[in-house]
Amino acid sequence: MKIGIVRFPGSNCDQDCYRAVDEGIGAEAVYLWHKSHDLEGCHAILLPGGFSYGDHLRAGAIARFSPIMREVIAFARDGGPVLGICNGFQILCEAGLLPGALVRNDSLRFRSHPVRVRVERTDTPFTSKYDDGDVLRMPIAHGEGQYVADQRVIDALEGERRVIFRYVDELGQPAEEANPNGSVRNIAGICDEGRRVVGLMPHPERVVSKLLGTDGLGVFHSLIEFLQATGGTAKQVAEAGDGPGTEAAEAAEASTP
Amino acid sequence: MSGPATRAPVIAITPELVADHGLSTDEYEQILEILGREPTFPELGVFSAMWSEHCGYKNSRPHLQTLPTEGPLVVQGPGENAGVIDAGDGWGVAFKIESHNHPSAVEPYQGAATGSGGILRDVFTMGARPIAILDSLHFGSLDSPRSRYLLDGVVRGVGDYGNCVGVPTVGGEAIFDPSYERNPIINVMCVGILRLDDLMRGKAEGVGNAVMAVGAKTGRDGIHGATFASVELDEGSDSRPQVQVGDPFTEKLLLEASLELIGRDLLVGIQDMGAAGLTSSGTEMAARSGSGIDIDVALVPVREPGMTPYEILLSESQERMLLVAKPGCETSVAEVLSKWDLEAAVVGRVTDDGFFRVRDGGQVVVEIPVQPLVNECPTYTREGVEDPEVRGLRELDIGEYSGPISDQEAADALLTLLDSPSLASCRWIYEQYDTTVGTNTVVGPGSDATVLRLADSGRGIAASLDCNGRYVYLQPRRGAKIAMAEAARNVACSGARPVAITNCLNFGNPLKPGTYYHFAEAVAGLGEGCRVLSTPVTGGNVSFYNETPDGAVYPTPVIGMIGLLEHLDRVVPSCFRTPGSAVLLVGETRDELGASEYLAACHGVVGGAPPQIDLEEARRLVDFLVEAADKRLVLSAHDCAEGGLAVALAECSLGGPDGPLAVEAQLETEAPAAAALFGESQSRVVLSCDPAKVEEVVALATEHGLPVAVIGSVGAPDGRFRLAAAGAQIDLDLDRIHDVYRSALPRRMEKQAGLTT
Repeated sequence: MKIGIVRFPGSNCDQDCYRAVDEGIGAEAVYLWHKSHDLEGCHAILLPGGFSYGDHLRAGAIARFSPIMREVIAFARDGGPVLGICNGFQILCEAGLLPGALVRNDSLRFRSHPVRVRVERTDTPFTSKYDDGDVLRMPIAHGEGQYVADQRVIDALEGERRVIFRYVDELGQPAEEANPNGSVRNIAGICDEGRRVVGLMPHPERVVSKLLGTDGLGVFHSLIEFLQATGGTAKQVAEAGDGPGTEAAEAAEASTP
Repeated sequence: MSGPATRAPVIAITPELVADHGLSTDEYEQILEILGREPTFPELGVFSAMWSEHCGYKNSRPHLQTLPTEGPLVVQGPGENAGVIDAGDGWGVAFKIESHNHPSAVEPYQGAATGSGGILRDVFTMGARPIAILDSLHFGSLDSPRSRYLLDGVVRGVGDYGNCVGVPTVGGEAIFDPSYERNPIINVMCVGILRLDDLMRGKAEGVGNAVMAVGAKTGRDGIHGATFASVELDEGSDSRPQVQVGDPFTEKLLLEASLELIGRDLLVGIQDMGAAGLTSSGTEMAARSGSGIDIDVALVPVREPGMTPYEILLSESQERMLLVAKPGCETSVAEVLSKWDLEAAVVGRVTDDGFFRVRDGGQVVVEIPVQPLVNECPTYTREGVEDPEVRGLRELDIGEYSGPISDQEAADALLTLLDSPSLASCRWIYEQYDTTVGTNTVVGPGSDATVLRLADSGRGIAASLDCNGRYVYLQPRRGAKIAMAEAARNVACSGARPVAITNCLNFGNPLKPGTYYHFAEAVAGLGEGCRVLSTPVTGGNVSFYNETPDGAVYPTPVIGMIGLLEHLDRVVPSCFRTPGSAVLLVGETRDELGASEYLAACHGVVGGAPPQIDLEEARRLVDFLVEAADKRLVLSAHDCAEGGLAVALAECSLGGPDGPLAVEAQLETEAPAAAALFGESQSRVVLSCDPAKVEEVVALATEHGLPVAVIGSVGAPDGRFRLAAAGAQIDLDLDRIHDVYRSALPRRMEKQAGLTT
């Protein structure tokens, strides 16, 4: 199974993602260059954290127009699994693959420290190896991580159980003090309607070793399990699955120049 | 010598112009002798920059030459972009420290950001991937709005730059004292790792090889920044044009492009266009190789039309590199830069005639022999005289403060110290820094030393930044030795063996005898420390003129210590981890309250002699700590420093990852109560260990000739902090001291209108 890690200019968690795939779970990782139009037959795509295009204009606003993103959007529309971490999550929102937006933290400061997140759903390619309600320790490191969306979208996310990770306290409760950035309903990560595109602000790729913590390993093991279960190419993946979330993909397609 | 005859100097070289360039009459005479004629205006600018204090070390060089720079692990000592040590198995560690004091005093955000940018470039031009930044920050009292403004801006600047480039900011120190009120000390250290096979240097070899300017375009910012760094800040220091503007996004691209160029073996040499820009990079690269360099400024990519040769030569626009390509590799170099959307232009060639020659199109505007320009900067050895006022403070009788104190006074003093911003938790600062990007940070901020993973070698790198300016002010030689010993001790507490240092020597105006005395004595102390601790200097920086009309800052020689840890899985944390562990104190507690934080914070007294320091004992303590870690005897080890035993114990209790743990401790000592609790006797460490291992720990310490005592035990997460010594007992609620400790900085910073909303 081949996992593609997109390198935008300014990506800075690309090497950590590579290492998480390569050393963390022993799967094949390849870098995909932002100017390329070719996903090189990858079975899943990771959009890493960082400051793509220097976060000029808005975090993720320029990255989503890069050549590789056309292919990523098409891949997602076909039901291919895509994970966006931190800046990657911001790019997925900008690209219309996920609803809502990530705005400045309510503290108006960059925040970097370990947080606890609760796994809300295990029916995605990135969470199947966890149990519902598992509480994971992962670092956050972002200035724009406050998840916002209008009430209709929030209701839809909650109703369709598309909130995948939530910031919680040591008791596992989504308390206000446990919310590092003011995200609505302590949302740390969500998925699209097809449940194959997931974005989250915390960094699972930074906790995949005995030395630094292993709570993020499940994300990558889940992906491998999913790919092995569904087998082969992205196309096959799409056919094997429940079908893609067309609405978001169409919205993304419509807004792509 | 023919000189640039094609064009007569357009601007007349008057004595005023020479003086404006910071050059003395004698220095100008020397220039006339070197050139055999009058300099052109650009040549005057080149000499001014290269013979500035910042580039030429004219007042410091004679003393710096006394420092030991060699050792079995030193691969690259001073004189390059960064120092490099051999970390085994073909791995090297590149590291260097740099000051950005004056720019940060004028514009804290950009000043600090560009400081980070410069030091990152110094490290990655060696072929190393930067894996950590540490910062040593010294500000005035946070009671002053200006200091709060500076702290806020500097933290945002360091954070935004490192966060964006993707290099974690993982440690350092933040000190607050009125002496730094208008002239903060902003020192940034970068640590990188490399395969020694890839080691690159700033050389310009091979006649005819292309000299290329790459990275960002050259603009009109920061012209003569090096000269700016070499004068005092005065009332009119609204010197914004001399402060550069950083772009971490371009830096990230430049980092990746440079490492790709080096990895593909396309380069002969590469150097950051830092202070004095194209001038210093071009001339220093040529000087190292004994070659010459011929540059046409008309070929340098510029941001705006109409820039003069003078401006292009002296611009300090950020995120630029000068490199020399291997023969036939120019196109490949350009392709790599183009891939990363960066500028690359051939701007000249390496020559063998030993001249730094600059053309503007067809006309030669600069023609200076490289060796005297770079290596014969006039140096001065001055007479230093201790300021009688300083001696008076050192000899102050502080006996009245060390005596018995009541339990209430002791408790209040501990709370005051934990609320002192210099001792309180730095969490407010480091939570604005990405500390974990790169997944190399094994031990992050809030510990004695930062510990980093050395790739997949299973070994670690420890780093620490230290200086107590008050000690150095009151007794410079002793203060510098203490800074060395403390830096080594911090690194050793993690289990790592200290191996080398980089230093950043921040002082006032060296032309003043009192400051010069401080400098000369401090460097002598550093040298002693380096020799006894076997930690040579691999490079560093001198920053003079940290002085305003209010006076000089405390002399602040910041030590950046690097250590190597053989087994990363034997790393020792600073703070208590396990309820029920035994608590031990290694080292002797004496009646030493001089120069202490206790006197300053609780009694408003700066005076007395700093505590005594025995470097041989410091070395034995390092050996003990490294051996104890290697044998897995201890659960935690923490340096006992500012604030004494009481503060060290509180830090051990409060700093654990899962919240505070109770402490019950009692020290048997002949020192009177205040000195016993808050005195800063050196070479002391608070340890915790499994009660079953106490005997072994005690035996090992004794074997190393170190006094050691079991002083108590670690308790449960909920409970009290209890410490008794010399008839006084501190008994405080854990939550209360925790609140004070962690709210000291945010309480002062977040309430300020305009800083947050």
